Amino acid sequence: MPQIHIEYFAILREHVGKNAEELNTDATTAGALFDELDGRYNFPRMAGMKVAINAEFSDWDAALADGDSVVFIPPVAGG
Amino acid sequence: MSGFEFSQTAPSLETLRLRVTDRTAGAYVAFEGWVRDHNEGQQVLRLEYEAYEELGLREGERIIAEAAERYGVTRARCLHRLGELEIGDLAVWVGVSSAHRDEAFKACRYIIDEVKHRVPIWKKEHYVDGDSGWVNCERCAEKGSGSLLSGSGGSGFSRDSAAKNRG
Repeated sequence: MPQIHIEYFAILREHVGKNAEELNTDATTAGALFDELDGRYNFPRMAGMKVAINAEFSDWDAALADGDSVVFIPPVAGG
Repeated sequence: MSGFEFSQTAPSLETLRLRVTDRTAGAYVAFEGWVRDHNEGQQVLRLEYEAYEELGLREGERIIAEAAERYGVTRARCLHRLGELEIGDLAVWVGVSSAHRDEAFKACRYIIDEVKHRVPIWKKEHYVDGDSGWVNCERCAEKGSGSLLSGSGGSGFSRDSAAKNRG
């Protein structure tokens, strides 16, 4: 089962209560991984969430590989 | 020297300005974003910035490169603060130098607009009434706007599947 590294930032970090975790998962895409974790943590509802795999923006249907690092990106607010 | 950077500490404006000086430049345009005492009807006491720095630096560099290519400016830089800031603090600085003013104005505007929309930086406001909230995140949640996922993905991953446990 592939192991995925997940990092949490901002509202998600506070909601989950940790900065990062390792997860052995059957999820084959970033979206499926999000679903799995949403089932566990019941993430706050936000429109416009994005995802990054290995520090690059990615599609939700992008495939995951063992050792990938995934970050869910809530709506940004720089400036 | 990198074009985009994060800083946990307040920078010196003179130091920043010197980063874009150049013998070929006849114009310098800078933008300073400051922490103000109110937002969307609430009185702000202070705020915190947090970033996904690895991706943020990459995206910031891409924005600087795009501005240089689009407008042909001589030098362009951007610095964004992270951590705790007080009212009046400098939150973000953009500096552009070029041969003439027009391209410097345009590039400066382009950089700050793109940084605000694209760089993974989050802002938590602490209000006078003791409440706090992540800007652009809490309000969406309150609205219950339905779709959890949208934006650049545009994939077959359905919003419904993301919301399946919500009932």
